[in-house]
Amino acid sequence: MDYTSDNLFVQMWQWLTAPANWEGERGIPMRVAEHLGYTGLTMLIALAIAVPIGLYVGHTGRGRVVIVSGVGILRALPTLGLVFLFVLLTGLGLMPPIWALVLLAVPPLLSGIYAGISSVDRAVVDAARSMGMAEGQILLRVEVPNGLPVILGGVRAALLQVVSTVAVVAFINLGGLGVYLVEGTQLADYGRLFGGAVVITVLAIIVDLLMGLLQRIVVSPGLRTPDRVRPTGSGRQKAVASAQGGTT
Amino acid sequence: MTSPEQDDTRHQIEFRSVTKTYDGGRPAVDDLTLDIERGKITVFVGPSGCGKTTSLRMINRMVEPTSGRILVDGQDISQQKAAELRRSMGYVMQSSGLLPHRSVLDNIATVPRLNGVRKAEARSRAQELLAVVGLAPELGGRYPGQLSGGQQQRVGVARALAADPPILLMDEPFSAVDPVVRAELQEELLRLQRDLAKTIVFVTHDIDEATILGDKVAVFAVGGRLAQYAAPEEILRAPVDDFVAGFVGRDRGFRHLSFQPGADVAIHPVETIEVDQLADPTVSVRSPWTLLVDADGRPHGWVPQATRGGITRQADAVPGGSLYTRGDTLRRALDAALSSPSGLGVTVDDDGRAVGVVHAAEVFELIEAARLVRGRADHNTAV
Repeated sequence: MDYTSDNLFVQMWQWLTAPANWEGERGIPMRVAEHLGYTGLTMLIALAIAVPIGLYVGHTGRGRVVIVSGVGILRALPTLGLVFLFVLLTGLGLMPPIWALVLLAVPPLLSGIYAGISSVDRAVVDAARSMGMAEGQILLRVEVPNGLPVILGGVRAALLQVVSTVAVVAFINLGGLGVYLVEGTQLADYGRLFGGAVVITVLAIIVDLLMGLLQRIVVSPGLRTPDRVRPTGSGRQKAVASAQGGTT
Repeated sequence: MTSPEQDDTRHQIEFRSVTKTYDGGRPAVDDLTLDIERGKITVFVGPSGCGKTTSLRMINRMVEPTSGRILVDGQDISQQKAAELRRSMGYVMQSSGLLPHRSVLDNIATVPRLNGVRKAEARSRAQELLAVVGLAPELGGRYPGQLSGGQQQRVGVARALAADPPILLMDEPFSAVDPVVRAELQEELLRLQRDLAKTIVFVTHDIDEATILGDKVAVFAVGGRLAQYAAPEEILRAPVDDFVAGFVGRDRGFRHLSFQPGADVAIHPVETIEVDQLADPTVSVRSPWTLLVDADGRPHGWVPQATRGGITRQADAVPGGSLYTRGDTLRRALDAALSSPSGLGVTVDDDGRAVGVVHAAEVFELIEAARLVRGRADHNTAV
């Protein structure tokens, strides 16, 4: 692409505003769709793994040590390295990089769900049981709704991480917004490289804002009363912090 | 469901040699055998670690006994499904245990909803219960976090009553609220109980609360031993051993007066002066102490003869002591006399209007007379 200036910001702006870049199979909207598609697939698989395990461990308290240490180990893995490792082991295709991304998303989900469930005041759980709720009812009607702020915090952290990291699939020709980073580097087209990075960033911010909105809608008003006297408040905040921490 | 012949039995809950031991340690509850009467308030009281809460929680199988049996309406509860058993008993706990994410109405409707009652129906019943426990209807839409501690406990009681269970289990329900609110809640519970006649098992560490609420009181000693099980009056008057005597405390003689009717106390006339007359210096007082009353006759303190000239407004009067409502217990009568600056216990009628005064010395005479009568009765039964 021909730029009229050497200034990186001007080039970025020109790239972003060129109508040709917003059309066709290689245009920005298409890349955004691919990007979100991979993100959604990754999140679905990660949730399918993390939700049952997180709920079980949070409710029963069994396997807590495994979760905590497992999450720590998973968090230390480099995603890009995993993408290439999985491709080398299983060949090209859609799933190897998705599995690498799933490993990225599972730790914040797992710790968010586990911390959310176990942050619920034990007295409340005890009361629910005393009233004659079955264990499944306690989990779904008491622990999940009350742990939801923390749980959604974990989902939000995982989603944000996946949205920003899905770009790596472009290295093995799967498309997505990462394509602009790869092409920009190869062609020394810094307007494209910078522009692609900006699109990814804006997308991540929008996704995060939407998650924030979702959190406001689905969390019970009873859990965000400002003048609430909450003896366990600091514990809950700590749990939120740890569920979201070390991620962004 | 209870069949008619079971309704005839006096005992709703029976402990049969129940022992609970945690992890092979010393027993938390040691060989407890106890019958809980239908339609009465039975209070488990004792110091911490005496097994009173554990005993309560075994009734709805929140804790399983290590050995022994518990019968409810003659049925062994270990044969019943835990969740169903729990739904048949209301449960009120110390920290109210309300579900923070649900509105007050939905909290109250919890058990009916679990039993399959439709939402609209459960909510309208919940709305009625708000009034029953003395809460304003508009509180129904609030969340527990927006209520005061006392209001939360009232909601807790309403929730326990929602499915109209025959049994209420109450685990130190009023211990986390301040003394004024606690007294209100106790009064309210007694008022409710007069209408509802539930079988209530109430746990507390406060012997005062136990004697105020209990039709029968079970005093537990450390180690899960049942030390005494009797009417509160008897526990205060005749503690069975040193432990119970020590636990009911030094004031037990005074507290025991709560069980003696004050109907025989002589009420003497008292000179009164109305608030409006204070500013008029020509209105003099003849008695050493004159009772200040308002236009409706309600007492507002005392006017001493010595300082009559300096008292021109209600605020200048000497504040009065506690009030004795005519017909209340000897304890109230004595307290009114002892707390009054004039030594005269102000007596009021049910509308709060002053009707006269009682003298401490005469209350003492009645106490002494009652003691003599009881002494003879005890002597007779002993023979």
